Amino acid sequence: MFRILHKQSLSPQVDEMIVNAPYIARHTKAGNFAVLRVHEKGERIPLTIADFDAEKGTITFLFQKIGKTTEEMGTLKPGENIRDIAGPLGHPTPIKKYGHCVLVGGGIGTATLYPILKALKAKRNTITVIQGARTKKLIVWEDKFSTYAKEMILTTDDGSSGRKGLVTDALKEMIDNKSVAIVIAVGPIRMMQAVAELTKSYGIKTLVSLNPVMVEGTGMCGACRVRIAGQTRFACIDGPEFDAHEVDFQELANRLNFYKQEEEISLKQFNRKSRKKCRGKCKK
Amino acid sequence: MPFYNCMRARKPEKRKTNFSEVALGLTERQAVKAANICLQCKKPQCIAGCPVEIDIPKFIARVKEKDYLGGLRVIRDFNMLPAICGRVCPQEKQCQGKCILGKKKTPVSIGALERFVADYEAKLGQTTLPEISKPNGHKVAVIGSGPAGLTVASDLAKAGYDITVFEALHEPGGVLTYGIPEFRLPKKIINREIEFVKNLGVKILVNWVIGRTQTVEELFEEGFKAVFIGVGAGSPSYMDIPGENLNNVYFAAEFLTRVNLMKAHKFPIYDTPVKKARRVAVVGAGNVAMDSARTALRLGAEKVYIVYRRTEKEMPSREEEIEHAKEEGIIFKFLTNPKEIIGDRKGYVKAMRCDRMVLCEPDASGRRRPECTGDEFTLKVDQVIMAIGQTSNPILVKSIKKLKLWGAGYIKVDKDGTTNITGIFAGGDIATGAATVISAMGAGKRAARAIESYIMGTDKS
Repeated sequence: MFRILHKQSLSPQVDEMIVNAPYIARHTKAGNFAVLRVHEKGERIPLTIADFDAEKGTITFLFQKIGKTTEEMGTLKPGENIRDIAGPLGHPTPIKKYGHCVLVGGGIGTATLYPILKALKAKRNTITVIQGARTKKLIVWEDKFSTYAKEMILTTDDGSSGRKGLVTDALKEMIDNKSVAIVIAVGPIRMMQAVAELTKSYGIKTLVSLNPVMVEGTGMCGACRVRIAGQTRFACIDGPEFDAHEVDFQELANRLNFYKQEEEISLKQFNRKSRKKCRGKCKK
Repeated sequence: MPFYNCMRARKPEKRKTNFSEVALGLTERQAVKAANICLQCKKPQCIAGCPVEIDIPKFIARVKEKDYLGGLRVIRDFNMLPAICGRVCPQEKQCQGKCILGKKKTPVSIGALERFVADYEAKLGQTTLPEISKPNGHKVAVIGSGPAGLTVASDLAKAGYDITVFEALHEPGGVLTYGIPEFRLPKKIINREIEFVKNLGVKILVNWVIGRTQTVEELFEEGFKAVFIGVGAGSPSYMDIPGENLNNVYFAAEFLTRVNLMKAHKFPIYDTPVKKARRVAVVGAGNVAMDSARTALRLGAEKVYIVYRRTEKEMPSREEEIEHAKEEGIIFKFLTNPKEIIGDRKGYVKAMRCDRMVLCEPDASGRRRPECTGDEFTLKVDQVIMAIGQTSNPILVKSIKKLKLWGAGYIKVDKDGTTNITGIFAGGDIATGAATVISAMGAGKRAARAIESYIMGTDKS
């Protein structure tokens, strides 16, 4: 059992949760994730460890409420427990002195970048963060990011905050004007693919963190297999970060759709149940 | 007559629609009858055939006298998981295979009897713990709660050691829990035997990925005197043929984990889904392949094929499982080797192209090597499950500096499980490559003895 110490909504869709997990906190490095299961009948899902504090023994998750498990997590309160958390899993991000690093985050994927940003900063890199979202409300942790980033660029699809457009527009401009040593991109597949295509033409080293369906997260089942440079790799133990220019994004997108139908069934059932619980008293 | 025919089983037509246990075990009358044919040999071959060296004639003698609990106590002196072993051991290759009676007619149904005495106690709802030595204060860490780990843990706990077992998943049991289906080994049987091990004083920590949550080095710093690694061969092998990453191609480990550990057959009561298909091809012919095929059938498949490149004679699976699979209508495609999995426009499996094979001279494994005839055909299926074996999982072994490995990343040990690093022992599939539950338990037993003498040695100096 892992006790929830703090929880708050960052936007209508995104929650932040701090959990007591001293052993995991002590061993986490930037780029690691954990697999969690909310209750006995729950699914095991991977979530990036968005922040960690070894001294306090806590880890932080940011999650977007898009499925049954994350919706359920959204209903939990401080003092309640997450039944199972295993971690830290996956290879940490290779951190060294690169020079000018550009971190590109899309939607909730941005959370993954925060520990990477801190670690890169500690190695005295100069860091630009490009954060993209559909609309202003979905931009998270802007203040935390600007503490460490030399430059922050926000882009929104509707222009409600920062510049209107896609992260790739901002990234292209950046590359055209300044030298860039490495790009690390985390977000929706289409965004990561677009970034990969852009940087490939410039020959800039680019890492992406992949988020395939996982079951146990320790290399045992092969659910999370992805194709990297024509070879099958397991995202949980060989990744989750890979060279963006070698990733078969089409296959990944295809595999991510595999359980779409079941995800909808699960979510519908959850929504029906939670409506019943409040007996029509909720405003929704 | 094969031994298992004397054990009752549920009717194939009914059992293939649900996950209830197939084999029903012996009645008391059958058990006594089965025990009575035992000759009580002076030089019993059956014991030599048992990897944990149970005193089989002695336990059968108790059954003859209708002292079933006495019989169970004899087994427990050697083996803490009798209800499990009675169900999943390949007895026809071990104890029963060695039984002298088998040379002429039917051997003693040793496996069925082992199961009978264990179930007899369970039915009474009581357990008698064996004698446990006084705590000696020595802490030993066991990594992995599968058959090898549980054996080391219980043997050392009985000897007075302070044992903590670390399990990466959220439930203990290893392959017993995530790998073997309910219809062959019900979860309540596993839970009962694990409860027994816990009652010996063994602590089990779940969600604890050694190598990640904590390192082996830190375990020693925390005061553990020795560490036993029994993490299994936890990484699936695959064929590397075109189409293997299409949707609806499962590796058996994932397919079985979804159902056995996550209860995906009860979706959406449980959150984890599994895809049900109409026509399923399972590639491979070991126990995992049989389990996958019969699970697919129970999820509602109309046709399930076992696709195997050799013939029935070379199948590594337990005899009883093959027999049960046949009764349930699984179709066996022998001398068939997949070449390519063909997908539809949306990236889902629609067929599998296969080579027809022929057997040539024996290879290094002693089995006849299959070779392509050049002839091929297409099997129309909408799901493929790869059950062609497991290999070593790198998470833990790579986290230990200077640990000597062999082959595909297995830990190099001598016959009692000693590794090249002082204080670290290993056994089971992570040392041998994929094998059986009972051989892992045998390795656990030997390692427990080695750990004891190692700690005694360091204690004196």
